[in-house]
Amino acid sequence: MSSTAVAGETGAMGSGGGGLEAQEDFEPRREARRRLGTAFKWLCFSAVVFGIVALVVLLADVFIDGYRWVDWSFLTSYPSRFPEQAGIRAALLGTLWMMGLVALISFPLGVGAAIYLEEYAPSNWFTRTLQMNISNLAAVPSVVYGILGLAVFVRFMALGQSVLAGALTLSLLILPVTIIAAQEAIRAVPGSLRQASYGIGATKWQTIRHQVLPVALPGILTGTILSLSRAIGETAPVLLVGAVTFIAFDPEGPLDQFTVLPIQIFNWAARPEEQFHAVAAGAILVLLVILLAMNATAIYLRNRYRQEL
Amino acid sequence: MSGPGRQGREGVLQLDRPSTRVWRERVVEGLLFLCGVISILTTVGIVVVLVGESVAFFREVPALEFLTGTEWEPLIGNSYGVLPLVNGTMMIAVLSSVVALPVGLATAIYLSEYASDRVRDVVKPALEVLAGIPTVVYGYFALTFITPLLRDVFPGIGVFNAVSASIVVGIMIVPMVSSLSEDAISAVPRSLRQAAYGVGATKFEVSTRVVVPAAFSGVVSSFILAVSRAIGETVAVYLAAGVTARVTADPTQSIQTITSYIVQASLGDASHGTTAYQSIFAVGLLLFVITLGINLLSDVVRQRFREVYE
Repeated sequence: MSSTAVAGETGAMGSGGGGLEAQEDFEPRREARRRLGTAFKWLCFSAVVFGIVALVVLLADVFIDGYRWVDWSFLTSYPSRFPEQAGIRAALLGTLWMMGLVALISFPLGVGAAIYLEEYAPSNWFTRTLQMNISNLAAVPSVVYGILGLAVFVRFMALGQSVLAGALTLSLLILPVTIIAAQEAIRAVPGSLRQASYGIGATKWQTIRHQVLPVALPGILTGTILSLSRAIGETAPVLLVGAVTFIAFDPEGPLDQFTVLPIQIFNWAARPEEQFHAVAAGAILVLLVILLAMNATAIYLRNRYRQEL
Repeated sequence: MSGPGRQGREGVLQLDRPSTRVWRERVVEGLLFLCGVISILTTVGIVVVLVGESVAFFREVPALEFLTGTEWEPLIGNSYGVLPLVNGTMMIAVLSSVVALPVGLATAIYLSEYASDRVRDVVKPALEVLAGIPTVVYGYFALTFITPLLRDVFPGIGVFNAVSASIVVGIMIVPMVSSLSEDAISAVPRSLRQAAYGVGATKFEVSTRVVVPAAFSGVVSSFILAVSRAIGETVAVYLAAGVTARVTADPTQSIQTITSYIVQASLGDASHGTTAYQSIFAVGLLLFVITLGINLLSDVVRQRFREVYE
């Protein structure tokens, strides 16, 4: 009886037959199925190759277009009507300003929220709402954050089209990702560490401050750097907040007008002149190097952390 | 600042007074709670801002006209029918899914069922890099590489066209589909696979008829999230597909999406208080509602159709 069932199953899978009679006609068709399997494997492999090739072609395209432009004067000149003289000084400084401000704003807020959710929050409807809200915010399109920044920071708080308004907008944008990453790092800290700390009379905050956070810090930093690198690459929200595309001075304070690398790239790429496309490629290379450096730092921290566990 | 105690002059441990400690604990908890509340405030802020300005917009433009009109000429003609933008958005979503969903799922199956550790060690970081490339770079790539290539092969294609934009948006969301699907596929218990092998199934049969169906809810929810991401994509679409708002089924020409209109309007000088300025918020509200709906759908799919294994 059991052999009938097996034959029936295999038949249904292979030749579409079934039941007792099918047992005599049972055709395993091993050769055909084996070939189908091989074809499928290569089909899936070609999908993997597609992704890799897309990445390689994209990087090669940008590099070939842009490497000739990247030199010292490209980094230290202001933008210009003439492609040969155009540089990214203002955009580079703007991006550094942005990076610093976003880190200052989003790190304490993100880590604070993560500590609250992991260590303090009672298990009730409010906490569940909070957690659900955070994961939904992570999926809100970035341009919507731009609209929020335009209405709240630029207009309502009257910060104008300043670095600070842009940084606040981007901080809100990456906050959900920062919180979720920090939560994972804090959750990975073994409970025994907390128990031991309570055992010698430490209060909750002392336990968190002196035991939990130091252990979770590499993980938190990894997550923060990765989300910071996302902020540095964002264009749409910063456009909405009103980064200016032509700036021929260095931003000197958080309330100055500014531009950032993605905006400068966007502006040059949107121009009809081919030569400006090459300038855009040069700026892309600089942006990619910055992002690469940030990601390498994050990966370094992650690997060191992994060894210690 | 808040050490467990301070060393006194004679080296004797002096604890803070209990009342100080209790007080400090409360303040800290309150501050941390406020950090958490910021995320709620963000959501409230988004809704209030979008709805607030939209109300003013809909006083000028009837909601019915907005939702059913087929002319979008806000900056010159004063006609606010949003369907051309919805049309463009859907076109990008559908065409980029045609690229990303099969490629992403096949990549996930390969990585979880076929790949050796060495292949995985190369492919997974490469996909992470692909996911980390700024969208403006994808826009540049579409404009200066994909579009000229397409125009060489099909001379009828416009300088700005939806095909090129969809291809790069598709490439952009492949890592999202592949990583979320792979998580779902890897979570299928080994015993299920072994049972299928035991009755003589080939690897192909195990993958397509046992593993993927078992991971169905996770795979579908990754698809839905990717579509949501494609709908929200802004700068690449703006650069590659241009800003021609029209109702069309022809992807070889320029179109406009909801997001690229928002960028176009913010680049122009739509001054505060005008209907053109308010239209940013009205279409932003529409975008927010669409993506929120899709994200909730993805949650529902994941919860409702999840196969639970011990």
